[in-house]
Amino acid sequence: MTATIVTITSGKGGVGKTTTTANVAIALAELGEKVVCIDGDIGLRNLDIVMGLENRIVYDLVDVIEGRCRLRQAMIRDKRMSELYLIPAAQTRDKSSVSPSDMVRLCDQLRDEFDWVLIDSSAGIERGFRNALAPADIVLVVTNPEVSAVRDADRIIGLVEAEEKGPAKLVINRLNPELVKRGDMLTAEDVVELLAVELVGIVPEDQSVVVSTNRGQPVVMEAKTKAGQAFRNVALRLQGQEVPFLDLDERKDIFQKLSNMLRSGGD
Amino acid sequence: MAAWRSRRSGRSANAAKERLKLVLIHDRTDLTPKAVNNLKNELMEVISRYIAIDPEAVRIAVTQDGREQRLVADIPIKSSTRRKIG
Ligand SMILES: Nc1ncnc2c1ncn2[C@@H]1O[C@H](COP(=O)(O)OP(=O)(O)OP(=O)(O)O)[C@@H](O)[C@H]1O
Ligand SMILES: [Mg+2]
Repeated sequence: MTATIVTITSGKGGVGKTTTTANVAIALAELGEKVVCIDGDIGLRNLDIVMGLENRIVYDLVDVIEGRCRLRQAMIRDKRMSELYLIPAAQTRDKSSVSPSDMVRLCDQLRDEFDWVLIDSSAGIERGFRNALAPADIVLVVTNPEVSAVRDADRIIGLVEAEEKGPAKLVINRLNPELVKRGDMLTAEDVVELLAVELVGIVPEDQSVVVSTNRGQPVVMEAKTKAGQAFRNVALRLQGQEVPFLDLDERKDIFQKLSNMLRSGGD
Repeated sequence: MAAWRSRRSGRSANAAKERLKLVLIHDRTDLTPKAVNNLKNELMEVISRYIAIDPEAVRIAVTQDGREQRLVADIPIKSSTRRKIG
């Protein structure tokens, strides 16, 4: 087994990196893959609470790196899945406690045992980003369809290229189909044209993300949500499958269902 | 009237896209519009030493080709040059 290391990052903060990491990890595990996630946001631990694993932390990433525990001891197993693990971030330390070469060494140890290593990076271009980038085979840049997020995404995509980790792949999160329809939000096509990178996910703005995050049960665990479906498709695309992008237009959905109903009724 | 209405809602995505296009070109190349203008003036000065050009018609732009940036210069030559040589 030799794992693919995927780093999830962004220029602007709060665009949905942690949400994407948690959901794509679960989706991959549901597809039968062996997955470990690393919370790379040292000092701002979050992936644990989003995944609902916050009460089970004993050791963290910095404990592993500084030799206070074995790697296995810092890996929390998600019991809802057969093969999903989390290595939490240290909460009381700063980003300088980890170096890019520490991350490379850690990921090399994980490579033989897993299919996928997902690293949730901190936002921006500082140490946390360098740490998360160093071991990456694939870089996912998350953005929102909004001017400052797209501008910052472009900067990150350029840096990923400069570090010879490119071309980055793009996830557009929190797309609001209603605003797009009104002409008041950049379309996914606009964003792809501007950033000129491969698109691997369009995730709609979806209240179920907030609700499911409140419960510590990422939205991908709920079969019927649009956001969940969108994250599942990201996982399939990472596996190399060709999956069409979702039609996010609700009204069209209702119209189609209605016309299908009428058609079958008329038969 | 139409302009007033469009400012309130609808079509603002177009403005976002156009503004982003310009800002990304300058972010990627580290070239400000002012620097492009200086470059244009100096370029015209050098070229004018060798050939007669029409300064009004010179166009210089940074264009995007995927993630690659390209500096494109369109410099029409004055037709009188030909007559002089011939
Ligand atoms: N598709 C979505 N629909 C609705 N809300 C969302 C969506 N994606 C993310 N959110 C919400 O946006 C907020 C920020 O998400 P998240 O924490 O994943 O971002 P982040 O990029 O990891 O932030 P940071 O830069 O602080 O690490 C959260 O409250 C999350 O629930
Ligand atoms: Mg985060």
